[in-house]
Amino acid sequence: MNLIIEILTHHLTILFALIMAIFLGFELISKVPTVLHTPLMSGANAISGVVIIGAIILVRSSGSEDYISLGLGSLAILLGTINVVGGHAVTNRMLQMFRKK
Amino acid sequence: MTALINLVYLISVSLFIVGLQRLSSPKTASSGNLTAALGMGLGVLIALFAPMESGDDNYLIIMGALVLGGGIGLVVAGKVLMTKMPEMVSLFNGLGGACALLISIAELLNFHDSGTFELAPYLTTLLALLIGSIAFTGSLVAYGKLSGNIKDSWKLPRANMINMILLLTLIAASVYQLQVLDTMDLVYIIMILSLIYGITFVLNVGGADMPVIISILNALTGVSAALAGIIYDNMIMLMGGILVGSSGAILTLLMCRAMNRSLFNVLAGGFGGTSSGAVQVGNQMVKEVNIMDASIMLRYSTNVVIVPGYGMAVAQAQKICKELEDLLEEVEVNVRYAIHPVAGRMPGHMNVLLAEADVDYSKLLDLEDANKFLKDTDVTIVVGANDVVNPSALDDPGSPIYGMPILEILRGKHVIVLKRGMSSGYSGIENPLFFHEKTSMLFGDAKKSLNSLLDELKTIV
Repeated sequence: MNLIIEILTHHLTILFALIMAIFLGFELISKVPTVLHTPLMSGANAISGVVIIGAIILVRSSGSEDYISLGLGSLAILLGTINVVGGHAVTNRMLQMFRKK
Repeated sequence: MTALINLVYLISVSLFIVGLQRLSSPKTASSGNLTAALGMGLGVLIALFAPMESGDDNYLIIMGALVLGGGIGLVVAGKVLMTKMPEMVSLFNGLGGACALLISIAELLNFHDSGTFELAPYLTTLLALLIGSIAFTGSLVAYGKLSGNIKDSWKLPRANMINMILLLTLIAASVYQLQVLDTMDLVYIIMILSLIYGITFVLNVGGADMPVIISILNALTGVSAALAGIIYDNMIMLMGGILVGSSGAILTLLMCRAMNRSLFNVLAGGFGGTSSGAVQVGNQMVKEVNIMDASIMLRYSTNVVIVPGYGMAVAQAQKICKELEDLLEEVEVNVRYAIHPVAGRMPGHMNVLLAEADVDYSKLLDLEDANKFLKDTDVTIVVGANDVVNPSALDDPGSPIYGMPILEILRGKHVIVLKRGMSSGYSGIENPLFFHEKTSMLFGDAKKSLNSLLDELKTIV
């Protein structure tokens, strides 16, 4: 109960954003035709790599002696970047094939 | 300075939204992807250079990881075959989950080190850890299954019970941890249980249900990214994550609907074993057709439909299909492709393969349009599809796939099925289509058969 009160008092803006984003997401995605489902999925996949932003903030805010945070954070950046760069690149490759026509 | 940073944040979020919007048409899709990538780039730039309250920046490490990761990503993305796309997407997805998992662990450690924390951020971080872990191992298992490294026959006994127990234990452990909050010990146990749950929940799902699982895992990674966004109070992460979560959720629903099954049924690994209700076809005879007759049938048709399935991907037969299409179109035979939503191993898999072979996307018909077109079709060629053209779905209430919307290819005049042998489909369900009077079988490797058909056709057009 305390948890719910705490969330409602301190994190209201983010809750609003959350709910708007959910509706917007459903609205946007339901317009994508079947033909494009694979690129949509791999593009979305690349976007889910936004977690690297969190990883970057984590590493930047850590002290240079805090080896645990640095280790976890840098590995997270590495894996997340593969996801983001690889995801967008492979999506681009696929979509080039659709554009030829 | 803060105003500038906030402005760039806003632009970055807008770019994501515009990017996804542009993905809704084949013409603008390519620029949509680049727009989203630009949004991502801006977001990363702010994360890199916005002033921080504390910390030593550690730019060397960050740059090293970014460059190395980017390099690996580019190389892998440039090399992968289009037929391997489902594996690739699963693997990338797992990496995103792992990223969420790692930063959640680090943040939870920081919470415990500092000793003072609020409940809400702690809960969010714990959830991000839980979902990130499930997405991570789940995606790896999906990758293993798709690439054939994990055999489809490797199943857990009593998987549903194990999954249910794991899930309940996870919830109970998380609630308990929120009450006591004393050490990290329970957090590690929660992480390990989540990692195990990721494995057990994907392991028992059948190969043909992979499109559903990939969509769910995609949604989970998105949700874990959004939760991480709440931890850092970061709108780009939140929006990006939620957009991905929605896309995964919608695709999951679409795939389930296309199979007329509930999500629960898919996760429980339904299909298979229940074939007792299927039509008895044991001693019925199939009719074979030779290459010459088949090519004459095609040559003198008005409308020809090709139904691709996973077998086309396995045989790498998409380019031959296109050559066949070109040859037939030269003699004014209309060729269309009928694509079932769950054909292949991920949503839209067949469309990408055919696009790779230069097939015009206006010739790719979805379920509804295909079924309309099939009424006036002279010859339908089934290339490596099975369950999505199984007429039991329409007329046999005892069949496990009864009620699933299928491509009704028996509406046309003739059907030619390219097939390796008489084995049943991925789901193990008998297909009465093969014994139907309108159907002729052309046994052999799909690519070889299509090649012979092509050669034969060249002599008569």
